[in-house]
Amino acid sequence: MEGLNVPLNHILLVSSLLFAIGMLGLMIRRNIIFILMSLEVMLNSAALAFVAAGAHWGQPDGQVVFMLILTVAAAEVAVGLGLVLQVQKRFKTLDMDHANRMRG
Amino acid sequence: MLELIWLIPLIPLCSSLLLMLTAGRLPRLLIGYLGVGSVGIAALLTLAAGIHFMANPEPFELTLWTWMQVGNFAPGVAFYFDGLTLVMMSVITGVGFLIHLFSTEFMEKDTSYARYFAYLNMFVAAMLILVMADNLLLLYLGWEGVGVCSYLLVGFWYQNSANGQSARKAFIVTRIGDTAMALGLFLLFTELGTLDIQGMVAMANETWQVGDSIPLIACLLLLGGAVGKSAQLPLHTWLPDAMAGPTPVSALIHAATMVTAGVYLIARTHGLFLLAPTAMMVVAIIGIATSLMAAFTALMQSDIKRILAYSTISQIGYMFLALGVGAWTAGIFHLMTHAFFKALLFLGSGAIIHCLHHEHNIFKMGGLRRKMPVTFWSFMIGSAALAALPMTSGFFSKDQILLEAYQLPGMGPWLWLGGLLGALLTAIYSFRLVFVVFFGKANTEPDRDTGWRMAVPLTVLCALSLIGGYFIIPVEAVFPAASGEHPAHWVEYVSISVPLIGLLLAYLIFHSRQLRVDGLVGSRVGQLLRRFWFSGWGIDWLYDRLFVRPYYELSGMLKSEPVDVIYGLIVAINQTLNQWLSEAQTGRMRWYIASMVFGLVVLISLALQISPEVL
Repeated sequence: MEGLNVPLNHILLVSSLLFAIGMLGLMIRRNIIFILMSLEVMLNSAALAFVAAGAHWGQPDGQVVFMLILTVAAAEVAVGLGLVLQVQKRFKTLDMDHANRMRG
Repeated sequence: MLELIWLIPLIPLCSSLLLMLTAGRLPRLLIGYLGVGSVGIAALLTLAAGIHFMANPEPFELTLWTWMQVGNFAPGVAFYFDGLTLVMMSVITGVGFLIHLFSTEFMEKDTSYARYFAYLNMFVAAMLILVMADNLLLLYLGWEGVGVCSYLLVGFWYQNSANGQSARKAFIVTRIGDTAMALGLFLLFTELGTLDIQGMVAMANETWQVGDSIPLIACLLLLGGAVGKSAQLPLHTWLPDAMAGPTPVSALIHAATMVTAGVYLIARTHGLFLLAPTAMMVVAIIGIATSLMAAFTALMQSDIKRILAYSTISQIGYMFLALGVGAWTAGIFHLMTHAFFKALLFLGSGAIIHCLHHEHNIFKMGGLRRKMPVTFWSFMIGSAALAALPMTSGFFSKDQILLEAYQLPGMGPWLWLGGLLGALLTAIYSFRLVFVVFFGKANTEPDRDTGWRMAVPLTVLCALSLIGGYFIIPVEAVFPAASGEHPAHWVEYVSISVPLIGLLLAYLIFHSRQLRVDGLVGSRVGQLLRRFWFSGWGIDWLYDRLFVRPYYELSGMLKSEPVDVIYGLIVAINQTLNQWLSEAQTGRMRWYIASMVFGLVVLISLALQISPEVL
């Protein structure tokens, strides 16, 4: 198979970096849309790791799981955006810290 | 005719039930007629039964029905009628009738007139069942019945909480004895398979030898019941406090009948006690010890009813002495004469209390001789009989007890000496009472004299106390014959002269005051002894320290439920943890995420620490 032969470690490093960026975004952003975007980044970092691992071992499973993650992410975005609309409607803001009515 | 003896307890019982169910709505006159009349009819029927029995003195058994049938245990509601039963029934119905009549005047102004007669009639019925019972279980029914009635009547004036306290004390202390008695019944039933008194005694004589241990244990357990009911050492403390009840109640229950139930029980089961000489010795020793203890205490009391109460304990001690030395007839004879003269003394004191605005302290009385002549003569005769002055009824019975005690081989003379000391003290305290209350100068004026309903019972009991000693009680068929020997004449002379010496001493000390005892009483030792005897040898104090207070302390400790503290601790820990954890529930999403991340990092680094080979 022709093309760039990127070592697996590099791809996994990128994947980890993406995961860390997503998680950091999750922790520090207050806007609910950014939180959803960070989640998306994290999901894609996992998908990248799967694809790379699949390519490395010459197995199709990595691709299969990538398709699954893609579907899950799409569904998640659909539900998440619906929630975003509702939050905007009720609280007139997208700040997560203002929507903490459920404190124990 | 004797087939009708079941009517005798039934009539007072019906009257009692009627009085209870009408709850005092009947007119007072009718209540009086019902209460007194029912016992009067019972007395007449007893008289008729007695005449019949005298003509043909054969024990008579009457089975009404089988009470219950459990396996081979089938106690019947059955009566046994012999000379002993007849004597007891005559005392209960005869003296009972007089006391009921007396009560109609004594309780005249009381608001709970009907309740009083309901209890009193119920008592008479229960007591009759006790003495007529053919088996020990029915006897136990009567035994508990009189206990309940005693409780109800001691606490009759329940508005005063001290009276309720006395009633509970009487009930609880006798219950200790009753428990022992119940255990005795269980033992006898498991060993002999029957509770029928005559059959049981006969079977015991076939099964056991004299001196075996099982009859000894059974007798001691029965004795426990008798000691509780008859207020003997060590369970006597309830009787002086039971004086909180109306005075006629004290006369009927706590002098004439119920407290002698223990004597009756032992006399009824004497066939069993003869198998256990040790138990009989214990009976005699308890009797003489109680008799002396109570006599010393009576000497120091100032409450007229407490004097009589201690004197009752002392006289029942004599009956126990008689039973213990095997002088069965003398014991029952003393039971009868004691019922006459002690009822007389109690009713006399009731008359004084009634006419003297409920005054109980003898030192606040005095000079009543001329103002209350009937009562004065009642007290004179009653005290003479109590002190056993010659020719009174008490003389015949007590003399017989002392003589038979003297003849007991071994301890006999010692018991006799103790009995003599008791007789001396009895004479002193009974005439102290007479001299202080009826002579000297008047301290309280009576506001009336006794009416006829008080005077008639007093007069009849006076006559009985005088001539009661000449009665011949028909119990020779019940008990084994006495030895019939007579001790030396000097013994008899001493027994006769001791009460007279007591009377003389009482006269010198309390009336003419020629014999000065102030120095003796005033000394330090005298004061100490006086206080010691006044408190009844400190036995109440001792029991208070030994049983009552530890019990209260224990219940005080258990009131806060110490076991619950453990469970309370678990609850407290859970609550604290819950508070801490609910603090973490902030509702801030980013905090949750941050703590999740932190936790994951910690967990993963831990996992790597433990097993680095996964890297």
